[in-house]
Amino acid sequence: MRPRQRRLTFVVIGVGLLGIAAALALNALESGIVFFHSPSEVTEKAFPPDRRIRIGGLVEQGSVNRSGGSTVAFKITDMAHAVPVRYTGLLPDLFAEGQGVVAEGFLKGGVFMADEVLAKHDENYMPPEASAALKESGFWQHMKDQQANKASGKAK
Amino acid sequence: MIVELGHFALVLALFAALAQCALPLAGAARGSEPWMAVGPPAAAAQAACLAIAFAALVHAYVTSDFSVLAVAQNSHSLKPLVYKVAGTWGNHEGSMLLWVLVLALFGAAVALFGRRLPASFRARVLGVQGAVGAGFLLFILLTSNPFARLLPPPPDGNGLNPLLQDPALALHPPFLYLGYVGFSVAFAFAIAALLEGRVDAAWARWVRPWSLAAWCFLTIGIALGSWWAYYELGWGGWWYWDPVENASFLPWLAGTALIHSAVVVEKRDALKGWTVFLAIVAFSLSLLGTFLVRSGVLTSVHAFATDPERGVFILVLLAIAIGGSLALFAWRGPQLAGGGVFQPISREGGLLLNNLLMTTGAAVVLLGTLYPLLVDALGAGKVSVGAPFFEATFVPLMGPMIAAMAIGPHLSWKRADLAGAFARMRLAGVAMIAALAATLVLQDKLSIGAVAGMGLAAWLAGGTLADLVERARLFREPLASSLSRIGRMPRAAFGMTLAHLGLAVAIVGMTGASAWKIESIQSMAPGDTVEVGGYAFTLVGAGEVRGPNYLALRGTFEVRDKAGRVVAVLAPERRDYPVEQRQTTEAALQATWLRDLYAVIGEPTQGGAFVTRFYVHPFVAWIWAGCVMMAGGGFVSLSDRRHRLGAPAARRRDTAIEAAR
Repeated sequence: MRPRQRRLTFVVIGVGLLGIAAALALNALESGIVFFHSPSEVTEKAFPPDRRIRIGGLVEQGSVNRSGGSTVAFKITDMAHAVPVRYTGLLPDLFAEGQGVVAEGFLKGGVFMADEVLAKHDENYMPPEASAALKESGFWQHMKDQQANKASGKAK
Repeated sequence: MIVELGHFALVLALFAALAQCALPLAGAARGSEPWMAVGPPAAAAQAACLAIAFAALVHAYVTSDFSVLAVAQNSHSLKPLVYKVAGTWGNHEGSMLLWVLVLALFGAAVALFGRRLPASFRARVLGVQGAVGAGFLLFILLTSNPFARLLPPPPDGNGLNPLLQDPALALHPPFLYLGYVGFSVAFAFAIAALLEGRVDAAWARWVRPWSLAAWCFLTIGIALGSWWAYYELGWGGWWYWDPVENASFLPWLAGTALIHSAVVVEKRDALKGWTVFLAIVAFSLSLLGTFLVRSGVLTSVHAFATDPERGVFILVLLAIAIGGSLALFAWRGPQLAGGGVFQPISREGGLLLNNLLMTTGAAVVLLGTLYPLLVDALGAGKVSVGAPFFEATFVPLMGPMIAAMAIGPHLSWKRADLAGAFARMRLAGVAMIAALAATLVLQDKLSIGAVAGMGLAAWLAGGTLADLVERARLFREPLASSLSRIGRMPRAAFGMTLAHLGLAVAIVGMTGASAWKIESIQSMAPGDTVEVGGYAFTLVGAGEVRGPNYLALRGTFEVRDKAGRVVAVLAPERRDYPVEQRQTTEAALQATWLRDLYAVIGEPTQGGAFVTRFYVHPFVAWIWAGCVMMAGGGFVSLSDRRHRLGAPAARRRDTAIEAAR
């Protein structure tokens, strides 16, 4: 093979690989990505029950019910609307009422059947999606004000 | 006093880094010897200052000096000593200090071992390292000073996130940083080569050991993190394709490509521009990883307390470092004339194919990791990209990579005979067919992925061993002569064999653990028994236990096999750390070569019952063993005298040996 042909071979292999990768990626992006929605959107819009989505917000105070054996029921709220959630399994260690949470799963008949629940890893952290939902509903500012009040109260 | 000393040393380190950057770079440009000579002492000074600063910070943690903000926020007087020390880097400020310390130590090592480098080249390498160090020191001093005071000091600290109070995680950041930052050396060499306009075999001989060392440390760091996530988070998985995991995996992929393409530069004087590019990409991805972890822009199981201001600062650093180096590459890269020519079917061609597949794999992982940011920036909503995306893109690309990886070592340089290579690989073919048959017969439900994975692993292991057999002329010569051939084999060849076998072992583990995992979640009262994958888990009892700084609910499970024998007693805990006001899950597991038994206990439910979760995980131990073999192979290869730092005297003999082979 002449040098030019050789180089061409590698370029063709390289471009071919990128093409395959792009095809795989586009195909996977079609089905593999999950859109995030706030509890308000979930309440107002209809979602097909086979569409995987994420919702986020705060775990509503007093909504956690563990009476169903290994299935836990709770509500995720953005303080404007709350969505009932069912989850079978072990909740993350930092899951608690009034704390930020993100759940992933399917919306079936108004109940969100979660198969994955993410909570924050430490007390200063809020999942970005949960904070976005709260910002949208205007509750974020309220929370920040409260925190500021608490902090200034401590200083006194 | 010691804290002020540490802070002062940190500021001094910044000035040392600025001097290390500016003077040698300017000196190299002007050809001024005295200016270039500033590099080594400045690098040593920077490392010494940072060692003092780091020691001062460790001291503050060990003595529980809560007048230091970072200590008050992240430590507690009742914490065990080992976690007081490890707590130094278990938070943002301390871990950034560790980052620059490692960087400065690498810089000092280059200054020390690089005496035989051409003066202008060494000056440029040290200058680039100084620039990176100065950027990160500025970042630390301006946005995340670990020595910031808190007055009046609180009576006690907030404690360390209990998830991080774990031996594997105490070691995870240092190893990860040794890897991340180790690629800064390859990066500095690449930039220096672009500035000099010259890349040759000697350059590759220099870059190889540094990249290989970084790669080994990164492998260990990633494995430790994965191991920790496996047994500590209690989710029973070992890899989640989480953005932060991907952030450490990306430089690993680029680094793997780099250590292979550097071989081609060294032996055959080809693929120069490409290797320089990979060195830039590997370190850029390390910087990107630091940015993703430290800025918290992505929802992640790892995301710790974050601050947008810091994110912006790192983003600017990132833009300067990556943009600047890629611009330099675009400008000077084309001048790096290629040397040795080769046919597509050759050792070089095989390594290039490995590189193309590795970088394409890295590209799809990068796309999946950054896609949520991209969509968000375009205002098209918030999305997350999960494991299904990566399994559908990355895994298919790695299939051909592994298939080709077994063949590569059988190809000769320059021009190879593929049919001959296949003939020498009969062992691999036999191994693959045996593995395919065994998998098909033994597995309960048909999984194409499992069959393919096991077949590939056997093919890779067989191909790698066939190469060893070939080198030793085993079965064709008397055993003694074969053994002496093995004894004379260069260590680098042993290292390659061990690392490739390690990947085969890890693939067995990954395939088995993904395809045949059995999981069961239920509510159990004491006395209840649940059957999972042929094992009967019985909850014997549950009660409170007290640890050094926590209270725990401990469940005791007896696990019986089909014959009714007790094979394991598992005691998972749910710990409550009163100081940190946090709970953690301590999974209990019993590992054997064939399977892990894994139990987690959760919240109490009604009537004295508890939520429990069991897994039977086949072959998980193979993943960790494979990672150890890969890193071990790297270290064996590193001990090869040809890789011994700065041994140009040996060059002539080496070429003679290679020619003889």
